[in-house]
This record gives sequence, C-alpha cells and structure tokens, in this order.
Amino acid sequence: MNTWITLYTLGIGGFLRRVENLKRDVAIISVGSTRFGEHWDKGIKDLVWEAGIQAVEEAGISGRDIQYIVFGNMSGGMFEGQEHVGALVADFLGLNPVPATRVEAACASGGVAFLHGYMAVASGLYDLVVVGGVEKMTDVESVQATEILSAAMDYEWEAYFGATFPGVYALMAMRYMHQYGLKPETLAKVAVKNHYHGSMNPLAHFRNRITVEDVLSSPIVAYPLRRNDCCPVSDGAACVILAPLDEAKKYTDTPVKVEAVAQASDTLSLLERRDICTLDATVYAAEKAFAKAGLERKDIDIVEVHDCFTIAEILALEDLGFCRKGEGFKLYEEGETYVGGKLPVNTDGGLKAGGHAVGATGIKQIVEIVKQLRGEAEGGRQVDGAEVGLAHNVGGSGATAVVTILSRR
Amino acid sequence: MKIGIVGYGVYIPKLRIKIEDIARVWGHDASSYKDGLGVEEKSVPSLDEDTVTIAVEAARNAMKRAVEVKPGEVGAVFVGSESHPYAVKPTASTVAEALGLTPNLTAADMEFACKAATTGLQACLGLVKAGYIKYGIAIGADTAQGAPGDALEYTAAAGGAAYVIGSGEGVIAEIEYTHSYTQDVPDFWRRDGSPYPRHAGRFTGEPAYFEHVISCTKALLEKTGTTPNDYDYVVFHQPNAKFPLRAAKILGFEERKLWPGLVVSRLGNTYSGSSLIGLASVLDIASPGERILVTSYGSGAGSDSFSIVVTDAIESKRELAPPVMYYLDRREYVDYSLYARYRRLFKEG
Amino acid sequence: MSNSGVPKHWRSMKERYRLLGTYCENCRTSFFPPRKICPKCRRKGKTRQIEFSGRGKVFSYTVINVGSKTFESYTPYIIGLIELEEGPRVMSQIVDCKPEDVYIGMEVEACLRKLFEQGESGIISYGFKFRPVDNSWKEYYKKLLAEKKMKIVQRIS
Repeated sequence: MNTWITLYTLGIGGFLRRVENLKRDVAIISVGSTRFGEHWDKGIKDLVWEAGIQAVEEAGISGRDIQYIVFGNMSGGMFEGQEHVGALVADFLGLNPVPATRVEAACASGGVAFLHGYMAVASGLYDLVVVGGVEKMTDVESVQATEILSAAMDYEWEAYFGATFPGVYALMAMRYMHQYGLKPETLAKVAVKNHYHGSMNPLAHFRNRITVEDVLSSPIVAYPLRRNDCCPVSDGAACVILAPLDEAKKYTDTPVKVEAVAQASDTLSLLERRDICTLDATVYAAEKAFAKAGLERKDIDIVEVHDCFTIAEILALEDLGFCRKGEGFKLYEEGETYVGGKLPVNTDGGLKAGGHAVGATGIKQIVEIVKQLRGEAEGGRQVDGAEVGLAHNVGGSGATAVVTILSRR
Repeated sequence: MKIGIVGYGVYIPKLRIKIEDIARVWGHDASSYKDGLGVEEKSVPSLDEDTVTIAVEAARNAMKRAVEVKPGEVGAVFVGSESHPYAVKPTASTVAEALGLTPNLTAADMEFACKAATTGLQACLGLVKAGYIKYGIAIGADTAQGAPGDALEYTAAAGGAAYVIGSGEGVIAEIEYTHSYTQDVPDFWRRDGSPYPRHAGRFTGEPAYFEHVISCTKALLEKTGTTPNDYDYVVFHQPNAKFPLRAAKILGFEERKLWPGLVVSRLGNTYSGSSLIGLASVLDIASPGERILVTSYGSGAGSDSFSIVVTDAIESKRELAPPVMYYLDRREYVDYSLYARYRRLFKEG
Repeated sequence: MSNSGVPKHWRSMKERYRLLGTYCENCRTSFFPPRKICPKCRRKGKTRQIEFSGRGKVFSYTVINVGSKTFESYTPYIIGLIELEEGPRVMSQIVDCKPEDVYIGMEVEACLRKLFEQGESGIISYGFKFRPVDNSWKEYYKKLLAEKKMKIVQRIS
C-alpha cells in the first residue's frame, strides 16, 4: 500500500510497529451533549453540568462511582479568564475529591482527552471514567476569538505575521486547487451537505439548509474560503463515560466498543510541512488506528471528520485513506458523503453546521458516532445498520490529530 | 586621501496621490496649487511603511553599491527625520539592526527639520576624516506630515535616501568641502505632542529658505574659490519646484543644472529625504569628473552645502541598485479616501 | 493579550529583521524557523545561523479579509507561503501588489515592513514581508545615460 511505503521511508516505522499492551478493552457506556451554539445564558460551568448530568443519568450511576475525570479545553484562560478547568469540572459536578485533569491540544483537546480516558481504563488504573470537553467562546468579540484561535498555530512565525486560522487553511486550499483542480463550487458542496445533516440534528449550531449559491455569495474570509466555508464559533460541552468492556453491560444494553484510539503530531507551523495538502498527523494516526483495530477502510460505516473549513473535510477523507490524494473532492460531486450514500460523513452537521466549541468538538464527534451505532440518531439522519464508525479530530492546522474507531460489535 | 560617498541608495513608496484629488476634497483650485508649487503628485506611505522601513530600504540599496563595506566596518548610523516613529527610541538602532551592523557602532537620530540628514552626513564625514570610524551611514527619511487641508498636505510625501561615507578607492563621489549656515528663524515648527507641523506662510520664503540656501551656497563658493560655472549640477532642498528654481536663478546657476536633481514635481517634499534624493538622482547620471553642489535647508533654520566631485568608481557601482527614476515610475494611485486611511486620518473605533 | 509585552518581541527580532535561519553543516540543509537541533541529523548535526537571500517564489497565498484583532486595521492583506531559494518556506505578507496580480510561482523578494503596533503608545514590531521581484530598474540606466547625452534631462512634465 502506497501510504505505508511513504510512512516507512519517512522513518516512522517505529511509531506504527509499537503495539500497546493493554490490559483490557474499553467501552463507552453513556453520552451527553449540550446543543452547540450561542449560549448567552450559560457559562463554562453551566455547559459542563448540562452535558455531564446527561451522561451520568444515562449510565444510571451515582457520581460517587466515578473514579477519574479528564476534560478537553483549549483556552478557558483566554476566552473566559478561567484556567484550572479540570478541578472546576470536578467541583461543579459535585464530584470532589475525584481526580480531574484538563487536557489541551487546541481544537483536538477533546480527542486527546478521550485517548487519556481510554488509557486510564485500558490500563486498569480506573474503572469508571468521565471524558468530556468544553469551550465557552462567545463571550469575546469575533476578532478576539480569531486572535485566540490563532494561538494554536506557530505564534512566532505565523500568527505574528498576520496569518489567521482561516488564512492557513486557505493557503492549503489554494495550493490544493492549484495542484488538483478543485473548484470553489465543490468546496461549497461540503458546506451544503453538512448543513443538510445539521438540519436533522437538534443539537446542531445551524439547522438551516443552504445552497451552493448561498456559500459562493457569502463574504470572503480568506480566499477561497468564504464565511460559509468556515465553521462557527460555538459554546458547548460534550461528555462520555468509559468503563471496561466486560463490565459495560452492567450499565447499558448498547455498549460501544473502543476499537482503537491513535494520536500523532506534526509541525506546529504549516510552513515546515512536507506537503501542505496533506496532514501527516492524520495519516499516521489513521494508519495506527486501523492497524490496532484490525479493520479496513471498507469496514467503516460512518465518519466524523474535523471540517473546521470545507477544505479540511476533503483533506481528511484523503489522509484517512478513504480515497487517494487529490481525489477527495470527487466524492462530493456525486453526493456519496450524504446519509444514505456510500460513506456518510459528518452526519451531525460536522463542525460547519453542528458547531465547533473547540475543546468539546472531539467528544461531540464521538457522541454522534455512539448515537449512530446505537441506532439512536434522530431527525432522519440515522445511517442504516451502522456498525463501525470513525472520528477524526485535529488540533491547529494539523499539528495534532486523533483518530478513534468505535464499533457495536 | 579621498573622503566621500562609497554607496548611495533611495527608496520611495509605491503609492501616489494627485494634487487634483487633494484639492477636490478641500474645494481648492487644483491648477493654482499645481502651478504655484510645480508639483503634480506626491508619494504616500502604505499602512505598513514608516520612517524606519523607508530608511532600511534606502540603506539596503546604498549597501548594495557599497560593495567593499563589510558589516563590522560601519561605525556610525545617523537617521535624519521629522517623523521618527518614536519620540524616544532611535530609528537609527533599528536600521543598524536590520542591516546587521550591530553592535560595535554608534547610532543616533538627527533632528533639524528637513536638513537633519545632511547634518548626519557631516557627522559621518567628520568621524571618517578623524579616523574614528571606517564607514558611516547617513540617512534622510520621512513620512512627511501636513495637516489635512493645509498647503503642506499637497506636498508632504514619503521617501528616503541613504549615503555610505568612507574613504579610499571605493569613493564614487568625493566630498571636497562642506559649509553650514544657521540662525534662529521660526518659519516652520511642530511642538512636542502635536501631530502636524505649523508654518508661518510666506515668511518661510525670504527670511528662511532663501536667506539660508543662498547665504550658505555663497559661503561655500567663496571658501572653495569656485563659481557656479565650476559645477555641472546643483541640488537644493525642494519643498516645491519654485523655490529651488528661484534660488538657482539668484545664485547664477543655469536652470539646466538643476533639472536632473529636481524630483519634487513627481515626488512631493520628502522633508529630510528631499535634497538627498535629489543628489541621488544626479548621481544616477553623473560622469566621472563632474562636480555637484548640494545645499539642504532645514526650518528653524539652517543650510548645509557640499561640493562633490564624481570619481571613476561610479561606473562600476551605479548600476548595482535601482535609480530614482525607477522609483518615480513605480507607482499606484490612491484617491483621497484611501489616502486618508493610509495616513490614519480616521479615528479608529 | 498575546501581542503585548516586550521581551517576546525582542527575542526573535533579528531573525525577523534579517530573515535569519539555521543551516546544518552535516546534511547541508537550511531551516526556517531557526532551530536549535537539526531534525534530520539530531545530535550528530552541526547547526549555525545563516541569513537567507530573501529571494523566493510564492508557494501558496490567500487574501485575509477578516483579520485578528491585532491585524484588523490592515485588512485586506495578502498572506503568502514563500519558498525561499535556499529551500525552506516562510509565511508572511506580500505587499506592493494587488491580490489579483499574485500567482503561485511568482518571484518575490524580502523587504522590511511594519507588522503591527501595540496600540498607540506601545512598541512597534517590524519584520520581513515580500514584494514581487521587479528587475525593470536595470533597464533604466541605459535610457538615463542616453538621455543625458542628448541633453534632454528635463524632469518636469
């Protein structure tokens, strides 16, 4: 396989060969999520409570059963002036003295938190672990939010020179268009599809359907990306509870097995990337996750990818190995990524319509896959017979990527 | 041993505004300003250009010509300007850092209205001649200020020139002699903290510009025993085209000797850069053996005159950096609304 | 905010003023941003500081219409990913050029510009930006000197 050859020549064979010796398998026994959007009346504590209490009630456990909490949060300090988010979560959920950790990996904070919760259970250290993510973003002006988010890039050599997040993805998009002939109309189709899915999801930030013309007539943010190519700034929290697989049935009839979680890193800055049209961290994390799960791409029934911008969704499908480099956008010309298509992508509306509360997004993706695998996705977006799902969460412009594979097997 | 210019360079921002566009905003008669000043358009700095960036670009061009100069050999950087971005913190240290000349050198900002840079040039000459430094760089750069609607707004322009001063075979133009003439004349000023300079109208002419430019030039001619006939070119400070033309006439210089260095018509008044950009424009075409007379003028008030002889070395160095004419032709027009934004005339919310 | 304060700006000031990077003498590779260690040769590498020529080509570009707070007053501006002739890529603004005139592969050269100001009273940050290479000035001297011989060096139109 081509990707494997590339990876080995890049000298990361060791990364892939390393096999974790895990004591036990892990399952998700319950989920909870707020709606993602503008929650003027809710602060960071309210959001955490709302998602947390849903998950605890669904699992039918008492707070006293919880042994460990890990939460993803990108920048409580800059958005809210609030750090020490781990302890805040434990405290506000009334779970003191349960140990609580906050994980930060920019927009991949949720995905990385999930890996840490997974390790805690798989290693045998803890049995019942709450993994969540939260971000309260709308208390600052949008120019301020742009500035805070740009802290996930290389501050010194990118943001300092005026680069923004949409700007960096626009650089990828321009190069991709130059190399592979992608057109803005096709990018627009990514947003149209995600809004269509979002319209069926009661927790989505945007529930309106849009057209290609709507996207192409929206104001330019950073050419070729227009406002409707960019995900919104959202408030939100999401939460899952993990337990050992062989004990999961105690809590639920529909446990979802964690087949694999893999994380990889790449240069913080775009300027040092081997290829700016490829997120190598995604490639590595995906290869490792599929190897660990012992699954093929064709085994995947639904995918949640990190579509912070429309171009990111196309790059993700290529880097995850669902199609060849330079061909991802062709999937959109034929509508294969809709619910009912060959590979439904972002059935909750993705980041674009579903919303992007940065630290919570990685967990929100997992919540959607769990609902799909349980057959509980409402509003007509349920994918028939979904058995295996993949979530893909990215931090920065690709410096961190986490790939999680879940199944109901 | 010859002491003089071993390299020179200029920089002029790309943006221009036409006199008509300014006149339209204030309801002035454009043709009377154009005729009265002899100016068609002026350069405008971009949002991200200021005296520091202009000085650096000009100095980099000068260093391209000063091929023999190694960074560690530059012992002084002086920047003359009326628009230093900081009131306290030198432009010169940033320029020295950007050129990679630090840390073993002296650096300072000069202030004497539009003649600050020629004062810096004299300081470099003195240090080189005394043997304290091997090379010195004198720069004149401005993003000139003029209050909106004031006559100054028609000419206040942006640009700069830099001169590397040294000695030896690399000298492309020997500075034979310099003379200065200074008195306290309040013709033009800007109080500390005021955004725009003020001026005394027609008083800036006779007792100010002409008194100093003419007296200083005459003194230099006298001390060097030369006459206007000994010079192939003459360059004066050029706040407009009329003043230098009249000064040349009074002093007895043929008008044609002024034209090659008269850049104000298409550039505007670059304040500290004015006479030195004019000199650069002459060096762009001067032949070995030709003699140039330069007299700057700074309000407040004073003039520095220089007698300069071009050497053979100019042939090998001249074409290593862009000429003034290139920068005059490299232009993009903005209207008054964009100009107002670039000059930050709008109060930001 | 992230752009306030002084030492952080000062620390990498020289690299921003002069486009300085790192060169590994072991594998003869140039790096930007500057690195303490060669990522290829690890501790076997021998790195030293180099000054890049500043010449390069546009590898990708975009126009920022919505800027962060620091750059809000400069929009719209062009951001380019520039491939330097020495190999590494740098990200910075492309100036003296209209957005519609930029293209991938366009030759550019570094210049010094203001990056941003820390408000009205704070320090000013300067650094490299890029502008299109324009060698048309080299043709000027022939014309200028010819004009001089013909004694038609009048400058006023």
